[in-house]
Parts: sequence; structure tokens; C-alpha cells
Amino acid sequence: MALPDLAKKPQRFTGGHRACAGCGFPITIKIILQAAENPVVVGCATGCMEVTSTIYPYTAWRCSFIHTAFENVAATMSGVEAAYRSLRRQGKINQDITFIAFGGDGGTYDIGLQSLSGAMERGHKLVYVCYNNQGYMNTGIQRSSATPRGANTTTTPAGTQLPGKPQYPKNLTAIMAAHDIPYVAQASMSHWNDLYRKAKKAFAAEGPAFLNVLSTCRLGWATAPEDTVDVAEGAVQCNVWPLFEVEKGNWKLSFKPKKPLPVADWMKQQGRFKHLFRSDNSQLLETIQQQVDEDWQRLLELCGVNGE
Amino acid sequence: MTLSSQTKNLLKVHQDVDPDIKPNAGWRDLPIGGVIPQGGTASQFATGDWRTIRPVWSKEKCINCHRCWLYCPDMAWISEDGKIQGVDLTYCKGCGICANVCPTKVHAIEMHPEDDFKDDEAVKEG
Ligand code: SF4
Ligand code: SF4
Repeated sequence: MALPDLAKKPQRFTGGHRACAGCGFPITIKIILQAAENPVVVGCATGCMEVTSTIYPYTAWRCSFIHTAFENVAATMSGVEAAYRSLRRQGKINQDITFIAFGGDGGTYDIGLQSLSGAMERGHKLVYVCYNNQGYMNTGIQRSSATPRGANTTTTPAGTQLPGKPQYPKNLTAIMAAHDIPYVAQASMSHWNDLYRKAKKAFAAEGPAFLNVLSTCRLGWATAPEDTVDVAEGAVQCNVWPLFEVEKGNWKLSFKPKKPLPVADWMKQQGRFKHLFRSDNSQLLETIQQQVDEDWQRLLELCGVNGE
Repeated sequence: MTLSSQTKNLLKVHQDVDPDIKPNAGWRDLPIGGVIPQGGTASQFATGDWRTIRPVWSKEKCINCHRCWLYCPDMAWISEDGKIQGVDLTYCKGCGICANVCPTKVHAIEMHPEDDFKDDEAVKEG
């Protein structure tokens, strides 16, 4: 699909929402919704996306939209999808409808994990999208289990006692793949074509699908607003955020950087890692690089791709 | 019953976005559960006044790749029939992403401080 043609399709998400200038997730929403052919019903966990897009009586959504609490968007959308199947069986609805649940990483990796796991295990035909901005940005930049190691957040403040978050992020995409659902993918809003293709596959899946999409938070990452796309691109180019998909248990790499950037190059673009460039933290930088390299090798093996 | 100014404001906005709400409506007439009966009402909310810098587009230089349209978080780039028409300043928050993603060699968008346009608006309003 060429972009000018994509722009001919009516958009389901409008301007006038109250996300920060240069926010990443409206771009994620745009790419995913443009890939949907059927009417869509969106559920949204509490988080930046929900708060900024539905300030009463304004809503940026042109489709059906349900706001849920932090922890239960997957449960709510399970119910909606089950009701739809029932109505369809009774002949009261004849239309194909696409169900999408959006949650941030707080609402997905942490608070909503059990309802997400349940919805996937029960096999509801819905697409769960985690717009992952690597922290609780809406409530004031607290760490989540998606926050990278070494990031400065308000609950892991970098100082003399602590060099930012002590733990690595958990590999949620792999956890979702372990649910053996039809389609799981990791993507980034910077690589629109890849994300668009993956959204199409997710919508077409015969059962639940899960997308984990890196979406820059310029406030929490402390980046310049105009760099939103570049920083997400950098995460892919340094293998911190590899693009891959798992289709019916088959792991497939979507993109391999020609020459991976050092992780430090990506971190340098962001204020949340500033302290890592002090001389007393140079060892930590090396440790993080080693971990990223190891994770990358493991992914290559899973995908059956030869490393250098 | 007196309505708080906040409720009055809400009702007013609601009447703007929902013609079914009567002009003399009270809070009891608000939809139960905070339901917003119409989609896309945010398009009636201008976020352009957040802007401190403004994208200026050169139609001549533009190669119509639509990267600005895709990566603008505020749906501000107008595309009609697959052709970029320019930017809708009602929504543009001045993040500068569009100027950044426009291909380097093309460079069809430049960001300028809002101050540069002060006089234009004075003329328009006058
Ligand atoms: S400056 Fe930002 S908000 Fe304004 S048109 Fe460009 S990308 Fe959109
Ligand atoms: S990104 Fe630049 S060249 Fe491409 S459509 Fe927009 S203004 Fe034109």
C-alpha cells in the first residue's frame, strides 16, 4: 500500500485530542486503524491514550469506543466479542466487526496482565495492542516492567544511590507467544510499513492476536518533540527493540539492521539516560550492551537466522 | 437548581456537538454514564494554540510522499484524493515531526517561530 492511497481511506481518529505535541501513540493508532477494513470497536485501558483522547464531551474516536479501568480492557473486550458472537448466532448482526483492545505498557505488562492472559487463553477473536512507551507516563513517569534498565523515572530516580531502573524490561512479546495464539508481533511506529502489515495479519488471524508497538513518549524519555520517529527508529537500529512476529509458533525476524548501532547511541538521544554517560556508570553501559547482544543472538536462534 | 459553571460549560459544549440536547437542558439531560453519543467530537477542539513554531509548506518542493501526513500525531496534514493540500493549523501543535520526516533532499517543510506570523493574523482579524 502506498501512503497517498492509505490517506484516501477515512480516518477513525481525529485531531483535537490532548496528547503532548510530538506524542508517539497517535501515530501508532493511525497506522493500525488505517489497516482495518471492517467497522471497529475499540476498548481502551486507562492510560495516556484514553485520558487524552476522550476528555468529556470530546472524543477523538470516530468508531465505537469503550473506556475501561487500567486492569481489564482485555476482559471487557472479551465480553464484547462474546456478545457479538452470540448476536451473530441469533442472526441479529450479520456484519464482520473487528475488535481492538488498546493498553499502554502499564495497563498491559503490569496491571492488565492477568485479564490479557485470560482473554488470549479463551481464544477471543480480538487484537490486543500494547502501545508501549516504557513507563507510567500519564501518572508522572513511574517505572513499569517495560522500562529499560538504567532509565531515570520518578520511582527509580538516578542519583548517587541508584543509576536509574535496576532491572531489565520483561519480554512480554515472548510471554504472549508462549500462549500459542495465532499471531504475535513486535513492531515500532517508526516502521509504518511493517506495523501496517502486522496489523493486517492480526486482523485476519483466526483467533486472538497481540501486537507490542514501541511508541515514543517524548516527555518521559526526555527527547525533543520533533525526534519522536527518529528515537523509535533508533531503538530498532540498535536491537533494543527488534521487529519480529510469531505466527502459529513460528518465529520470524522482520528486520535486521545492516550494522547495529551501539545502544549508547540510542540512549544519548534521551534525557532519561543522561546519567549513564557519567564516568562512574560506564561499566553499566557495557553491561546493558552485552545483555542486548545476548538477547539479539537468542532471538536470531529462535528465528533460525544466522548471526554474523 | 443552579448549575456549577463547569456543568454549564459541559452542557454548552455538549449542545454544540449533539443537536439532540435541548437549549434549556439541565444536568439531568446529560447522557448517563458519561456516554458521548457522537464520534469524533474532538475535531471541534482546537489544539493549534499550543503551537510556538509553525510548519510552512512549499507546494513546489513537495513530492507528495505523505510522510508528513502519516507521522503527524495531530492529523493536521490535509490530503484530498491522494494529494497533500497543506496543513490545518487548527490542530497543529508545532511538534516539528513533519519537517523532520519530510525527506532530507526534498525539505518541503520548514518550522518558523509563531512570532513571525503575528502581523498576518492582525491583518486577518482587522
Ligand atoms: S508540526 Fe507536528 S502537529 Fe504540526 S503539522 Fe507538523 S507533525 Fe503535525
Ligand atoms: S513529507 Fe514533505 S515531500 Fe512528503 S508529502 Fe509531506 S511535504 Fe511533501
